[in-house]
Amino acid sequence: MEVVAATKRALEERQVVANVSEVGTLGLCFAEPLMDVQTPGGPRIFYRNVTPELADSIVERHVAGGNPLSEHAIGYLGHRSLAPDGIPHLDDHPMRSMEQRIALRNAGNIDPSDLYQYIANGGYAALNKALTQMSPDETRQEVLTSGLRGRGGAAFPAGVKWGFLAGNPDPNKYILCNCEEGDPGAFNDRGILESDPATVVEGITIAGYACNANRGYIFIRHGHNQPIDRTRAVIEQAYELGLLGENILGSGFSFDVEVALTGDSYVSGEETALMEAIEGKRSMPRYRPPFPAQVGVFGKPSNINNVKTLAYVPEIVARGGEWFASIGTPADRDNGINGSSGTAILCLSGDITYTGLMEVPLGMTLRNVLFDMAGGVPNGKRMKLLQTGGPLGGVLSASDANLDLVLDFDVFRAAGAILGSGGIIVCDEDTCAVDLTRNLIAFCQYESCGKCFPCRMGMSHLLEVLERISNLEGTEEDLALMRNIGENMQAGSLCGHGQLGFNPVSSALRYFGDEFEAHILDKRHTGDCPEQVFSPKLTRR
Amino acid sequence: MDAATQSLISDAVNSQPQSTVTVLSSLLAVEDAIGYIPKEAVEAVALQMDATINDVWAVATFYPNFRFVPPTEHRIEVCWGPSCHVMGADRIIAAAQDSLSLSDEGDTPDGKATLRYNTCLGACAHAPVMAIDHHLAGRITPESAREKIADVLRSAASH
Ligand SMILES: Cc1cc2nc3c(=O)[nH]c(=O)nc-3n(C[C@H](O)[C@H](O)[C@H](O)COP(=O)(O)O)c2cc1C
Ligand code: SF4
Ligand code: FES
Ligand code: FES
Repeated sequence: MEVVAATKRALEERQVVANVSEVGTLGLCFAEPLMDVQTPGGPRIFYRNVTPELADSIVERHVAGGNPLSEHAIGYLGHRSLAPDGIPHLDDHPMRSMEQRIALRNAGNIDPSDLYQYIANGGYAALNKALTQMSPDETRQEVLTSGLRGRGGAAFPAGVKWGFLAGNPDPNKYILCNCEEGDPGAFNDRGILESDPATVVEGITIAGYACNANRGYIFIRHGHNQPIDRTRAVIEQAYELGLLGENILGSGFSFDVEVALTGDSYVSGEETALMEAIEGKRSMPRYRPPFPAQVGVFGKPSNINNVKTLAYVPEIVARGGEWFASIGTPADRDNGINGSSGTAILCLSGDITYTGLMEVPLGMTLRNVLFDMAGGVPNGKRMKLLQTGGPLGGVLSASDANLDLVLDFDVFRAAGAILGSGGIIVCDEDTCAVDLTRNLIAFCQYESCGKCFPCRMGMSHLLEVLERISNLEGTEEDLALMRNIGENMQAGSLCGHGQLGFNPVSSALRYFGDEFEAHILDKRHTGDCPEQVFSPKLTRR
Repeated sequence: MDAATQSLISDAVNSQPQSTVTVLSSLLAVEDAIGYIPKEAVEAVALQMDATINDVWAVATFYPNFRFVPPTEHRIEVCWGPSCHVMGADRIIAAAQDSLSLSDEGDTPDGKATLRYNTCLGACAHAPVMAIDHHLAGRITPESAREKIADVLRSAASH
């Protein structure tokens, strides 16, 4: 914000005429704030870690003076014949070199609030194709062919799920888009809505057509103002252009979309809890059956998909399901591998040189991603541990075998982790596995909605035991006690939060059991954790 | 409750931009308008939504973003989610508590600032993260946290 203001001020002072626009994220978070400058006929040059002072000199020397500041530039985008002196092409940056952008194809390149820019880049060709050349069934078939699996956590095939709703004859049906994004370590859903909300609006409209649904909600957490404002802006323009509302593009198909907000609650990302929140209630999961495709939001049949899932849909329809299916990993059903098509949108945070967002083809190894692209762990330290797929996903050791895992939903599950929403928190050798597990369980305990006691009390109990262990007061029975609590949570919890809530502990014990044993049996710390650890306590009132 | 606040509440409840209006959306609108949920707002929402006062309280107390006493001048949030935890959030929280002379989350006695813990501020790539009056700041150190909080308290003092 300060950088934008400083740039405008600098331009005014020097009476330079230029357009200043705020775009969404390019994904290179480690270098933010980024600023890019394009002079007539020149390439776009990107500056890293821009301060208000640097913005001022960029305006003076580059915008007004025509001399790029190569020492502050991270790269340029544009034809290679335009290469400025001493500045590499941005696509040669390791973080972008192996990317394949489908859902993020427009991110950082268009003004996210301007639907015309989306259309100028090929947007709405897919909806037009579906409405004019394909029946709803054919549209759904294309998504089935693509093999697209849900990116919200469970990796369920989207086309199959759409079929449940399409088969329901009710005239009032809903498509819900889940941008709750409570997973700490994941910021890709927000990233998409911040940098290209129109692709999600087009995607949900196509889903509506394929399922004969007539209303959609895009569900975003209150306070996430950029995604909320930008999504609302493109929805408004889509109505003005006849791309939403009655009789879209003269096809006879009508569809309404609005943004709905929730309060702070991790569990409102669970599909039935989300329906409760849209109805304005406490976001506590519902019993199933009935399933959402029979009784969903406001009692009407509903289908729910993650933001990323819907963001792929326009390109799948435009380029064909076969094309999407050709990217990623093949099925190997004898070994429980169903195949994972398309790309993974990963969020890298923690002890890693290049943090940020990247979209890479499924099938790449973790080693490719973490070392070749993201530059490994800084300061010459050793990579010790990876926390993937949100707090319920669990931890992996950064062993050679695990680094050779390919990005694939089923391969990750077999290794005891979840690829899920794509968050990867990298931890170096200084991170203590006992302490991180305690933090993950503190999160799960804080966020338990409280509806069922195996989860509500199980999480509190687990946290107590883990606090005891990290204070070197654990007893030999504690490992068995935790397993017992975990089994009860898995068997007796209503939703995934309680059912999967033992994952952090079970996976940590699997890979770092020796650290737990050192704490319990030898009364010895294995890292240098602070005496006083912080874990707030709150289960919902 | 003064008439001005009363009318801010009814404006917030009655003129929401979206077409689906619920107990939750009304409460969020009031929170945005005046920064807290007074008893009068609970009554206004119950009336508007044809819900009972208990129903409205049930929703308001479930989500930790609602507060029930008027807000202080500044809101300081520190994230303790796993990305931030790994990058040293414990020390940021300790520094924030110390700068504000608080031992837990809550309001300073002089009404200048509120400290809140957050489970993820959504900027994990910039961990550890804090937010001051909703402006995110990343790669915070205990020292920079102290400085930022001192700056904010100074600006509060000069009002
Ligand atoms: C506790 C819990 C939290 C969840 N949070 C999210 C979330 O933040 N975003 C999301 O898309 N899915 C979340 N899910 C998964 C959803 O229930 C649902 O499976 C998903 O939105 C379906 O979309 P997909 O088929 O496109 O993956 C959560 C599930 C559970 C059990
Ligand atoms: S498992 Fe936990 S989060 Fe899910 S409904 Fe039960 S108490 Fe709520
Ligand atoms: S709790 Fe981390 S080393 Fe003991
Ligand atoms: S975990 Fe701190 S911002 Fe996400």
